[in-house]
Amino acid sequence: MQAASSIGTSLDFYLFVSFALFTIGAIGAMTRKNMIVLLMCIELMLNAVNLMLVTFSTYYNNGDAQIFVFFTMVVAAAEATVGLSIIIMAYRNLKSIDIDMYNQLKN
Amino acid sequence: MSLQIISIILGSLTLASALMVVLSKHPVRSVIYLVVTFFFITSMYIMMNAQFLAIVNMIVYAGAIMVLFLFVLMLLNLNKEVEPMTTRGAQLAAFIAGGSLFLVLITALKDTLILGQSYRDNDSQIGLVKELGNLLFSKYIVAFELTSILFIAAMVGAILLAKREKQIIE
Repeated sequence: MQAASSIGTSLDFYLFVSFALFTIGAIGAMTRKNMIVLLMCIELMLNAVNLMLVTFSTYYNNGDAQIFVFFTMVVAAAEATVGLSIIIMAYRNLKSIDIDMYNQLKN
Repeated sequence: MSLQIISIILGSLTLASALMVVLSKHPVRSVIYLVVTFFFITSMYIMMNAQFLAIVNMIVYAGAIMVLFLFVLMLLNLNKEVEPMTTRGAQLAAFIAGGSLFLVLITALKDTLILGQSYRDNDSQIGLVKELGNLLFSKYIVAFELTSILFIAAMVGAILLAKREKQIIE
């Protein structure tokens, strides 16, 4: 165990960065209305979780978490593809990517 | 000592560029800052000796996904005037909610076992391509094969959704 003085190289520093990234992504998902930026904020949150998984994987010296991160990246790629094509289709119908325009289900 | 300084600089640059993703008004700038963020996250993977994930993150995220975002953004022909923004009250509420979330997460971190543990302590070799390849093609071979089906489904879905139809709505 190292002392708490090694703040930069310690693993909890990476956990801190990952938490902060997740928070920034969540705040972005709540404040922005552009659908593409929303999708980007979701990617940011996914990356924060990936960073945390890699951190714990390094600590426990266990490769399973890194395989899980690999699969997360695969699913994120598929999700971005389908999400962007849905955005393109929605833009064709309403000529807008404001998320508040798409509330027809409410009525 | 110098390693600590590098880590802290990388971490703060990651957070700064992530903040710029959220704060910048123009969507194209957001994409560029997101690419920068992914580069810094890749560098953090390298610091933790997760070489395979660093390469994959660089190629898949900073390369493929971000180019896809940029293409779609260019395709939609947006400008700054039509960029929708939330009201001040909603932004304040979002910042309060996000800050509370961050507080809860940090409080959870306070009691973890690994506080103060350095990643240099056990000199992890698990992130190398050889180790992960052995794991991926033995224990996780079924999941690996299933991702190909997922990709085919995503590709077909994307083509079907983005194809120009004869006005479905009317």
